[in-house]
Amino acid sequence: MNTLQKWLGPVLFCTCLGGGLTLGWSATTDLNKKRSSEVAVLQNALYDQECGSCHFAYQPGWLPARSWDKIMTGLKDHFGENATLAAEPQRQLTDWLRVHAADHAQGGKIQKMVRSIPAQATPIRITEIPYFQKEHRKLPLRTWKENPQVRSLSHCATCHPQAKEGSFDEHAVRIPNFGPWKD
Amino acid sequence: MKSLFILIGWCCLWVVPVWAGPTQTILEGYRAAGAGDFSAARGQALYHKSFPGENPHEQRQCITCHHKDPKQPGQHPKTGKRIPPLAPSADPARLQDPAHVEKWFERNCTWTVGRSCTPQEKGDFLTFLLAL
Ligand code: HEC
Ligand code: HEC
Ligand code: HEC
Repeated sequence: MNTLQKWLGPVLFCTCLGGGLTLGWSATTDLNKKRSSEVAVLQNALYDQECGSCHFAYQPGWLPARSWDKIMTGLKDHFGENATLAAEPQRQLTDWLRVHAADHAQGGKIQKMVRSIPAQATPIRITEIPYFQKEHRKLPLRTWKENPQVRSLSHCATCHPQAKEGSFDEHAVRIPNFGPWKD
Repeated sequence: MKSLFILIGWCCLWVVPVWAGPTQTILEGYRAAGAGDFSAARGQALYHKSFPGENPHEQRQCITCHHKDPKQPGQHPKTGKRIPPLAPSADPARLQDPAHVEKWFERNCTWTVGRSCTPQEKGDFLTFLLAL
């Protein structure tokens, strides 16, 4: 009883301090993630080669696993083009995309984006996702659709110069023929 | 003396194709698959030829994506992505990897022409690019 009383104070103190520190730490990291408009950049030469020759090599973090599955099983008619792969790269890339898909994002814009997708929907375009459309709704058509140097919102890197590095900050946007974006 | 030069010249004739490397190997593959002599003019004609697309007024050509001058970079019509020039004289990385060449012939011929290209057509086309 005596020893318990003697230890209870310090133990409680330490527990509270530890807990408080942990809470404070996770709150700041969450805050950082919420502010950032970044997506994880993963090096994969096979992916760049196979999925980066017709368009920007979209990071796996932009779509949930079910979307990548649907894309990878439909490569024969991929938006009107034939993007079929040999069996081995097909398997490797499907596994890799699944593992790094958006589903498990913790905080930040990516989690917001995943939440904006209705549970029963399996979008095969990033540009179809409600969150993406909301972020780009202020862009007049003349800045992209009618802009011969852009044409499609799918070409992320034409306006986001650091897209390849995973950074899509709106302050860094430069639209060809229009220059920096002022909100 | 004269015969020595002839001998050296004769050797060079053989050495050059061997040095030319992977692209020549690809062409030999087409010959082994039954193609005859290759013609750069026929290759050029294929490059510019129009084929009917899926929609009534859509026309598809190799130069829908590649530049009409193969020494210039092209642009993908839908995504806007730059496609480096096809001519090896403008981009030395071109036509070096047989698997890459075959994969893209298969994709681009089915999309543009509506079927796979024959070994003859592929050989003509590469011969056209090599002559630039
Ligand atoms: C033969 C050319 C080609 C290849 C190879 C290719 N794609 Fe595509 N992809 C397209 C086209 C064309 C579109 C439609 C672009 C548009 O409508 O602006 C597209 C669109 C997409 C989109 C949707 C972009 C959006 O609008 O949000 C995703 C995701 C995608 N591709 C993933 C892949 C993956 C993964 C691979 C590799 C397995 C791949 N692509 C390989 C041609 C290709
Ligand atoms: C026509 C140019 C253009 C293209 C193409 C484009 N974006 Fe954007 N993007 C913008 C602009 C401009 C903004 C800022 C919008 C605003 O402030 O209202 C933005 C904002 C964003 C944001 C939010 C950034 C922040 O700091 O809040 C993300 C994330 C994003 N884009 C991702 C993408 C992805 C992924 C693609 C390709 C699938 C893409 N964008 C294609 C112009 C573009
Ligand atoms: C829909 C767009 C498109 C069309 C149409 C198109 N190509 Fe391509 N082509 C590409 C893309 C994208 C690549 C791969 C990217 C790269 O290698 O730069 C490519 C690559 C190639 C390569 C590979 C070159 C190498 O170094 O390995 C050859 C050969 C080729 N195309 C021939 C053709 C021929 C012949 C036609 C017409 C019958 C044609 N292409 C039509 C988009 C197209």
